[in-house]
Amino acid sequence: MMGYVLEVKNVDKYYGNKSNLTKAISGISFNVEYGEFVGIMGASGSGKTTLLNCISTIDRVTAGEILIDHQDVTKLKGNSLNKFRREKLGFIFQDFNLLDTLTAYENIALALTIQKVNANEIDKRVQEVAEKLEITDILQKYPYQISGGQKQRVASCRAIITNPKIVLADEPTGALDSKSARQLLEAFESLNQKLGATILMVTHDAFTASYADRIIFIKDGKIFNELIKGNDTRKQFFEKIIEVQTLLGGDLNDVI
Amino acid sequence: MLFKLSVKNMKKSIKDYAIYFLTLVLGVAIFYMFNSLDSQQAMLEVSESTRDLIELMINMLGVISVFIAIILGFLIVYANNFLINRRKKEFGIYMTLGMGRRQISKIILLETILVGFLSLIVGLFVGVFASQFMSILVAKLFEADMTEYTFVFSMNSCIKTCVYFAIMYLAVMIFNTLTISRYKLINLLTATKKNEKIRIKNPIVSVIILIIAVCILGYAYWKVTAGISNLNTIEKMLGPIIMGIIGTVLVFWSLSGFILKMIQSRKKTYLKGTNMFVLRQLNNKINTTVVSMSVICLMLFVTITVLSSSLSLKNTMSKDLEEMTPADLNLYKTANLPESYENYYTGETVYYTDEQKEDSRNPVSYSLEYNGYDMNLLQDIVEIPIYAIPEWTWEVSLGDYFDTAKAQFAMLTYHMPETIIKISDYNKIAALYGNEQYSLADDEYMVLCDFDSMVELRNGGLKSGTIIEINGKKYHPKYEECKSGYIMMSTSHTNTGIVLVPDNFEFKDEWKEQYFLAANYNGKTEDEKEKIEETIVGNSSEWSQNILNKGIEIEGFTKISIIEASKGLSTIIVFIAIYLGIIFLIASSAILALKQLTESSDNKQRYTILRKIGCDEKMNNQALFRQIAIFFMLPLILAVIHSIFGIQFGLSAMASLASSEELLPSIIATIIIIGGIYGLYFLATYLGSKNIIKEEE
Ligand SMILES: Nc1ncnc2c1ncn2[C@@H]1O[C@H](COP(=O)(O)OP(=O)(O)O)[C@@H](O)[C@H]1O
Ligand SMILES: [Mg+2]
Repeated sequence: MMGYVLEVKNVDKYYGNKSNLTKAISGISFNVEYGEFVGIMGASGSGKTTLLNCISTIDRVTAGEILIDHQDVTKLKGNSLNKFRREKLGFIFQDFNLLDTLTAYENIALALTIQKVNANEIDKRVQEVAEKLEITDILQKYPYQISGGQKQRVASCRAIITNPKIVLADEPTGALDSKSARQLLEAFESLNQKLGATILMVTHDAFTASYADRIIFIKDGKIFNELIKGNDTRKQFFEKIIEVQTLLGGDLNDVI
Repeated sequence: MLFKLSVKNMKKSIKDYAIYFLTLVLGVAIFYMFNSLDSQQAMLEVSESTRDLIELMINMLGVISVFIAIILGFLIVYANNFLINRRKKEFGIYMTLGMGRRQISKIILLETILVGFLSLIVGLFVGVFASQFMSILVAKLFEADMTEYTFVFSMNSCIKTCVYFAIMYLAVMIFNTLTISRYKLINLLTATKKNEKIRIKNPIVSVIILIIAVCILGYAYWKVTAGISNLNTIEKMLGPIIMGIIGTVLVFWSLSGFILKMIQSRKKTYLKGTNMFVLRQLNNKINTTVVSMSVICLMLFVTITVLSSSLSLKNTMSKDLEEMTPADLNLYKTANLPESYENYYTGETVYYTDEQKEDSRNPVSYSLEYNGYDMNLLQDIVEIPIYAIPEWTWEVSLGDYFDTAKAQFAMLTYHMPETIIKISDYNKIAALYGNEQYSLADDEYMVLCDFDSMVELRNGGLKSGTIIEINGKKYHPKYEECKSGYIMMSTSHTNTGIVLVPDNFEFKDEWKEQYFLAANYNGKTEDEKEKIEETIVGNSSEWSQNILNKGIEIEGFTKISIIEASKGLSTIIVFIAIYLGIIFLIASSAILALKQLTESSDNKQRYTILRKIGCDEKMNNQALFRQIAIFFMLPLILAVIHSIFGIQFGLSAMASLASSEELLPSIIATIIIIGGIYGLYFLATYLGSKNIIKEEE
């Protein structure tokens, strides 16, 4: 596939009115290639979620363009916007956003049923993806019966089962203990490497970020730095991240 | 300032207020309509000659209205409570802004007054107009003359409605103030966060329970229809009722699990759109609403059954009445008045006048003619004396069977003398009425009786062949059971027993108890007959003035008055049934609606998730619509099934009064009433819920 899956061009996002203006994002531009695993890091309040919300079309930009799969999402409206979100994007949220009334299987299948996918194919695809993320044995369980890490893997299954152009994850490890976080990130790695999924992950945690191929640092709504993993080991990459973090200053370990 | 804030708040939560407002308006309208019934034109036309029945109806409606007001009061407090709960957070914010409890109470007070005032006005407006339509309906049902239509407004009912609802609003205000005073700020701010544990039932258990429930209901249905002959006492009817209730609860307990299991096995349906989500919603929520769903279902059942049975009751009643009143007029008076009698209350001795005594020694026609009544107004006159022999009492008639009878019906006055008529006298009456005539040999007697429990008793005596000895002559019963027949007309079978004796039976003159007269009016058209009726029952004619002045008491029935009376009676039954039925309907719809709205607030989170994973508003709304529709339909469907059997039971219970042919129009009317009110609540619930799930966190 040629070109970029995501192009963010000079995006501004302001909140509030003239007397009380918050510039959550100002003049951010970057690109993401097909099959890339990109991390976005920054302190609490630096505008990470706002950026992700703009990309995911949950929020509207004040200025600038966002192209996903060569389509300008800032121009989409109404039904075509919903259709676009359903078919091209996958979401993973910090608090899982699983439906408590549905089993894991059903939570995953729901992403397909609302796309009117054929029932037989749904079953096949759920089994397939569940196997990749090693949750086959908990498919018939309800969210309250499984651990946080398992929940997040179920949510990840739901996010990628529709074969989205890009998976957007906002603090996916934020509510997990370190062991579950590691398992989830390994799952992300395999999604990225084996299934070729493009992942854009927001985090404030250096360890989580170290799983990405490239990291974009944000400070006060602007891009501050960029780090590429290249041929580094994860340990080396992690140390580089810590360095940049120190440069950035502020208390990064604050949970949003 | 406060007023402005209240109005603003109400505007903001207008959709939340919808159900509350709807309930108030409907309550006020219905309350007004039924309390204005007596002044409605159709009512006046129908019951012109049955003033006391109208009086009775007004009194009954008055008593029932108190009961209704209590139901509505509770309903309003309940609905209001829902609103307050919805807005806990808002109040919490006011409090953090430094507003005191007292001020919040004031805001709510103002809102209550505002809503109350508005709903009262709108409700009265609706009520006044709806009562005009009801007049037309009444006219249709009771064939009243409505050619001259006038617009009716009942001031009395209006004032009564205002007073009753003012009291209810007062209760709401007190309740609100109490609630607010108990609030703690922290609870208010965190009011929306409430996690309830989900319990999922084993589907196999659900299926088994549902099968049991269906069996229980089936048995109860069988008992009230095919097995109805065994249901002759109240205690026996309790069985099917309890079974019905248990069955209903079990159905709601298990149904959602069963449906889920069924649809899950059909992957094509289950894995389609938001079906899965809706079904799970249903399965999850119905668990926590089993009791309220059952109550709502049973209330709907009562409403449907009462509405359709009572409406059809009216239709058939007048038909049978024609058969029960074969002559235009029955008159009777006491024969052989004694010198004096003792006043029952004061104990004084009262002496009869010579005129009274003289009159009592002559038949009814004598009283009419002698006092100036134009006998040409009557035709087919049949006059007979009715006898009573002091020593021939019920006890004597029962003979050897007396002890058994006494054990069974201890309360009856067995020392009462029998009512005795000569066979040929009876045959004259029977000929006039078109009833069966009988013959007796010289040593025989027979008994006419059509009052069920008395028939049973008397048959015992007749079967044992009780011999009666009077004046040294012996008489034995010709038949082993009572025959049907009567001399006095009535709307139902109430003849407790008339003994017929041969014509050569020697009566002493002092045994003469009453003179009885039956006749038809000498008129061709209804109008002519009604004019003649007026000369008999009215107080203005010369004849009635005369007998009034002389203190002569003649009693009687007329065909017209019997029909009027029973029309009036069924009017009362029908209207009270409709009144209660509609209030029940409003209550159950409102409770269901509020429950759904409460749940929608809980569901908000879930719909937000749906939106996040790509459902658009249309899909969300569709899921919501289906979810609410199912919650509204389930109790209604089961209630309709219950009603199919309930109505049949109702009809056979009032077998002599109603018939199934007349059912269709009443069922249609019932459907319109229920569809209208239930539909309104459904709509309000859907719109309100849509609003709730759309809200931002
Ligand atoms: N809906 C909103 N209205 C007003 N300000 C907002 C809103 N959402 C975020 N902000 C502001 O924008 C800035 C960036 O927030 P956010 O993107 O949530 O940061 P992060 O996710 O990096 O912690 C913050 O200063 C925050 O207060
Ligand atoms: Mg954030």
